[in-house]
Amino acid sequence: MIVTLAIVRQRNLFGVVVLAGVYSFLMASVLMVYDAVDVAMTEAAVGAGVSTVLLLAALHLTKAREYPQARPAAIPLLVALGVGAALIWATYDLPAFGLAETPINQHVVPYYIENARKDMLVGNLVAAILADYRGFDTLGEVTVVFTAGIGVLLLLKGRGPRSTSRGIPPGDGGTA
Amino acid sequence: MEGLKNFFDHYNYVATIVLMVAGLYIVIARGNMIKKLVGLMLFQTSVYLLYIAPGKIVGGTPPVLDPNFTVYSNPLPHVLILTAIVVGVATIALGLAIVTRIHEAYGTIEEDEIFAREEQE
Amino acid sequence: MKHDLILRIGVRLMIPFMLLFALYVQLHGDYGPGGGFQAGVITAGAVIIYALIYGIEEAQRVVPRRLVEFLVPLGVLIYAGTGVVGLLYGQNFLDYSVLSADAPHGRERGILFVEAGVLVTVSSTMVALFYAFSERGR
Repeated sequence: MIVTLAIVRQRNLFGVVVLAGVYSFLMASVLMVYDAVDVAMTEAAVGAGVSTVLLLAALHLTKAREYPQARPAAIPLLVALGVGAALIWATYDLPAFGLAETPINQHVVPYYIENARKDMLVGNLVAAILADYRGFDTLGEVTVVFTAGIGVLLLLKGRGPRSTSRGIPPGDGGTA
Repeated sequence: MEGLKNFFDHYNYVATIVLMVAGLYIVIARGNMIKKLVGLMLFQTSVYLLYIAPGKIVGGTPPVLDPNFTVYSNPLPHVLILTAIVVGVATIALGLAIVTRIHEAYGTIEEDEIFAREEQE
Repeated sequence: MKHDLILRIGVRLMIPFMLLFALYVQLHGDYGPGGGFQAGVITAGAVIIYALIYGIEEAQRVVPRRLVEFLVPLGVLIYAGTGVVGLLYGQNFLDYSVLSADAPHGRERGILFVEAGVLVTVSSTMVALFYAFSERGR
């Protein structure tokens, strides 16, 4: 949470990117405590690795520093705090932490736990659900990654304008 | 003491909501676009926590089948969040590409300056 | 130059272990935490750190841009192809039990293929993103 506050207040964007990497690493540790080992590994690799590299690359290309705000930040702060208070009040209806009898743990998951070994000889339940029981969603996800890659390649192909020229470049950005 | 016990049963959700509110505040209140994307990342990771926290069972183990253990934490949220993490990084990458092109077109990535320049044209 | 030298030697020691770890994570995804996404990102990380320390031209000599752009759709094709194989045998789409003589082995084999497809797409997409961002500024 301290890291989060530092990200909000920090104006130097390089510091923000480094703090975001630290934040991802801490998030991966919290996920480990929640017994989510696959998710923690992915979050650590993606958040502290690839995300930070891409943010640094974008920062190098834009070379910016955040400006102080001109208009007062009171209204967004009130809105955000209001939404937060409403959400906290709503989460009190959720079941207490760590129980096994909650509805989320009752309906589909016992079937997966009992039948994964029998159906496909695989020990890792998360991989079994991801690749077989819910394989269609994973196909959609791979398609999303592919689409994002294609989108970025379309946007950033070519050299772009020289970094010394500012303002609107003539015609389209670069050559293929 | 019922209220206090209720609070301690739910305080992990309170922490998650605090992170979510911080991310939301950055997205709506700060004008710099890269900072907005970092705020979006904060928001996304708090949503991951919000989904995985109810799946944990106290006394259970990570959901890898093993003869020694019988109680496993719920693997279904892990699967959904794994997808969400990868989609999140795809979103951030596309957002950064768009920010780079905006910077090349306008020379700045502050929202106020871009609006002012649009009004002048 | 001295700082450069320490980084170069350190990275040269680290990259084979990173690639080996990525392979381990990929193939042990059935028995422990891991699988396609984690392995793909670790592989991309190894290529990216090589490009960061040794320069983009060096990295593009080893992992050419055309190859990476070719690999990005290939993973999706592998995944969808495994699904279509199920269709060709008369079962449902993405039904892996047709890939072998008995159903559990078929499903296990299907999971292996599918995770390989995921690895190819994720790693090549991350490397392609990095190449696109770094080409833009030159």
